[in-house]
Amino acid sequence: MKPFDYYRAADLTEAAATHQPGSVFIAGGTNLVDLMKLQVMTPDRVIDIARLGLDRIEDDGDGLRIGALVSNSDLAADPRVRKRWPVLSRALLAGASGQLRNKATTGGNLLQRTRCPYFQDLATPCNKRTPGSGCAAMGGELRNHAVLGTSAHCLALNPGDMAVALRALDAVVEFRDAQGIAHAHPIAGFHLPPGTTPDVETVLPPGALITSVALPAPKGDRQIYRKVRDRASYAFALVSVAAVLRLERGRIVHAALAFGGLGTVPWRDPAVDALLTGEAPSMVLFDKAADLLLHPAQPREGTAFKLPLTRRLLRAVLEEATQ
Amino acid sequence: MTITLTTDGPAEDRMPEMKQGLVGVATPRPDGPLKVTGRAVYAAEDLPEDCAFGVLVRAPAPGTITLANADELAAFDGVLSVLQDPAMIRRTAQGGAGKAPRQGPGTADFAGQAIALIVAESFEAARHAARTARVIVTGDPGLIDPAAANPEGEPKAQGDLDSAMREAEHTVDVTYRTPSMASAAMEPHAAVAWWQGENVTVRSSLQMLKDNRAELADCLGIPQDRVRLLAPFVGGGFGSKLGIAPEAVAAALAARRLGRPVCVVQERRQVFELVNRRSESHQRIRLAADAGGRLLGLGHEALVSNLPGEDHIEPVTQASRFAYAAPHRVVGERVARVSLPTAGSVRAPGEAIGVTAFECAMDELASATGIDPITLRLRNIPDRHPQNGKPFSSHRLEQALTEGAERFGWAGRNPAPRQRREGEWWIGTGVAAAFRVNTLTEAEARITLTSEGALVETDMTDIGTGTYAILTQIAGEALGLPVDLVTVRLGDTDLPPGSGSGGSFGAATTGNAVWLAALDLRQQLASRLGCEEGDLSLQDGEARVANMRRPLVALLNEGSLTGHGHIRGGEALKQVRQATYGAHFAEVAVSDVTGEVRVRRMLGSFAAGRILNPLTARSQCHGGMTWGIGMALTEGMVLDRRDGHVVNRDLAEYHVPVNADVPPLTVHFVDERDPWAGPLMVKGIGELAICGAGAAVLNAIHHACGVRVREWPATPDRVLVGLA
Repeated sequence: MKPFDYYRAADLTEAAATHQPGSVFIAGGTNLVDLMKLQVMTPDRVIDIARLGLDRIEDDGDGLRIGALVSNSDLAADPRVRKRWPVLSRALLAGASGQLRNKATTGGNLLQRTRCPYFQDLATPCNKRTPGSGCAAMGGELRNHAVLGTSAHCLALNPGDMAVALRALDAVVEFRDAQGIAHAHPIAGFHLPPGTTPDVETVLPPGALITSVALPAPKGDRQIYRKVRDRASYAFALVSVAAVLRLERGRIVHAALAFGGLGTVPWRDPAVDALLTGEAPSMVLFDKAADLLLHPAQPREGTAFKLPLTRRLLRAVLEEATQ
Repeated sequence: MTITLTTDGPAEDRMPEMKQGLVGVATPRPDGPLKVTGRAVYAAEDLPEDCAFGVLVRAPAPGTITLANADELAAFDGVLSVLQDPAMIRRTAQGGAGKAPRQGPGTADFAGQAIALIVAESFEAARHAARTARVIVTGDPGLIDPAAANPEGEPKAQGDLDSAMREAEHTVDVTYRTPSMASAAMEPHAAVAWWQGENVTVRSSLQMLKDNRAELADCLGIPQDRVRLLAPFVGGGFGSKLGIAPEAVAAALAARRLGRPVCVVQERRQVFELVNRRSESHQRIRLAADAGGRLLGLGHEALVSNLPGEDHIEPVTQASRFAYAAPHRVVGERVARVSLPTAGSVRAPGEAIGVTAFECAMDELASATGIDPITLRLRNIPDRHPQNGKPFSSHRLEQALTEGAERFGWAGRNPAPRQRREGEWWIGTGVAAAFRVNTLTEAEARITLTSEGALVETDMTDIGTGTYAILTQIAGEALGLPVDLVTVRLGDTDLPPGSGSGGSFGAATTGNAVWLAALDLRQQLASRLGCEEGDLSLQDGEARVANMRRPLVALLNEGSLTGHGHIRGGEALKQVRQATYGAHFAEVAVSDVTGEVRVRRMLGSFAAGRILNPLTARSQCHGGMTWGIGMALTEGMVLDRRDGHVVNRDLAEYHVPVNADVPPLTVHFVDERDPWAGPLMVKGIGELAICGAGAAVLNAIHHACGVRVREWPATPDRVLVGLA
């Protein structure tokens, strides 16, 4: 771990004022501290935001506003979330371990870094860690890597479960920039595919701090989160699906499908949702949705299994959600 | 006095004469409260004053090594030394090596090898410098892919297996592939070393202190009597701590150079590459059977790997030499020499993967013949060792299978796969036999009897197995003392040399040494009472002879008595085949959607001689069965095909089973006394429960959904390819 300065910010203004190039904010630290120990991340300054009071879940019209410091455990257990946004609760509980969920926060979870082993290994090149150095994953051992949204520079998977559910729920990420100006950005497009700059992972400008996540009223009452993994707990998704659907008179009138384990960002394809909307559920329809979803996929040795697995999972989830 | 015994033949069972009633009774660990309250001191805890901290620097790839910025690192804040000493070792010693030739820091045999030690005032400063080390690798890395090597060795052939395969009614010819596996002990490898004059003391996490002392003395270039090792508590070993490892040697060297104590802990990520792995294997298994399922021929040929010069060749086929009768046989290993992390002993070397693959193949034969898998195995139990004709010391496979089957509820099972379904889940059951060779090594122990009770001393280790508990029971039983009057001291080379913990021989070997030491004391007590030792009855701190009762304390004359025991394995290991046997049963559910497997229940039935302590023995079996689940479903080291580095080198990515993967486990012990195993008639239990456990799970997967997974672990993708 490279030596660093530690500040504890009393409020948002101080947090912003303390930030300078080379600074990071720390909340739960469940991912950042690991990466600092490995010297994958080497901040000069660590600004602790734990005392900013952003730890409440508040009603916001017909939706919710989730403070950036609300822990994964508290969010998963919130009675409102469990009742109206169960897909989010399920996704959170499918992630990490009880101990990690107690520490991990809503804002931090959105910013967690890839678990690509080559990203974590200083001895191997990585365009995300050291721009321009190359990608050791290509030609290496692949499993928890992306098949959608990849580029010639990076195959890193966006990990985690919470963001997948938020993607299906059309959440909005709220943040203050370094000048203290408040912004709101839909979760769609908040995470950036690697392109030629895999080191740039979100739209957040330098010094920006996530303050909350706004959750609009759910557009579907049929909500499912299903995650396939290599062991029953404490493993990242091979593939996961967050489904939010509404049916009227035997037809799908709202469909929002988001995927983990597939993309360089929490994946959602509007064309897939559009294909399903207005249609009567059927296996033929579900297969078409899978075809459309997976058409742009770029499987490699080690990740090719994700395509048939996704197809089977999607069919099962849609079958269950439309029963 | 010392009672010395070499096991040259069957022993007499004297346990029924003993009256205290401790052996065979579930007895909690005397060290348990210390451990659960954090007071048990492990290697890197409770450090001596003024202790400095060392972090090992890793080579990023195999080849010739230069540490390019040593001077820069030495100038880092807090850094005391950048150590590149020719006496450092790069490879962890194999179990029982007893030597550790200096290897020096100039080359790396594999990616991740330790090539320098940074010592600093704080762990953080040392780690920062180690991370900032610029290690230049040049030269030829050597071969990475075992399949590309020209392997050494030739399996042993008897009869004509090829003809048997041509002529047999039923045949199976399959190849199973198993990945490299890690011990993944909870306590990472660690050492703290301090010198007093020319003597060094090292507290470390080690399994075999007698050998480890010799190994450390060897690389330090000093006589053994100047080395003292301490390992009172060890947080799991599983073979990974059999030999002296780089951190202990580096700590001793650094402490000598700096003139102050030095603590070196392997980081979790280092443990995965510096510690000896279980070799991957390709196992070709051939079975030729008649219409009744009787084996005419069997072949078990394994390709494993190791570094050049390492003599550990994973003994994959060890049990296949005696498990089943068949006149025509080809059995043995070949080894590929590669630049991958050192391969060595990991819990039940050989049988853990060898029996598991073979028992999967036996299930394939059961399918091919239509014979119930248990019946098939019962028909092939040999009367004598099939390769050399020696008798078995004791053979309880039949009982293990039938008693296990009864408890599991095997009868009436429909053998056809894909018959039971609950929603999307296919349900199936599987069985496998368990085999593990048994041995006894050499150990000494001392018991001192005072007015305070008995003090049992040996340099034996307790690596989490329950050694403190069983030695307490053995001594208390023979001396007629309740457990709270017996104290056991372990893990210090100043004490008489025990067997160490490894190969499941610890309980039998050191246990018998303690037993003999107690018999020695019984003789001394008898002579003070003027009676024959056989007429002496000891119970609850009293000596009873005929109608006379005397407190033991009264016989000590305000002094103490000391007994010594010394046991070693002899002809009893050569004249007969000693082994332990068992049977595993599993019920699994397989998702037809995702290929995910959930083990729903598991039962193990084990014959391992006298069970000293059902509580700790059951715990050992739970551990073994859990490893079986890991082997079948989740565990495997991923080695990069380009430079051989371990890709998944932490517990987030190397998947040992978590609680959610492990269902209720039931353990049944088959009643057995094996007189060839020594006076206690105890055999090893620790490793038996892993041997074949994974096969029960894998066979249950086939029974559930019809898919044979021949490359492990059976992760969802590998199950999915077989599902329609």
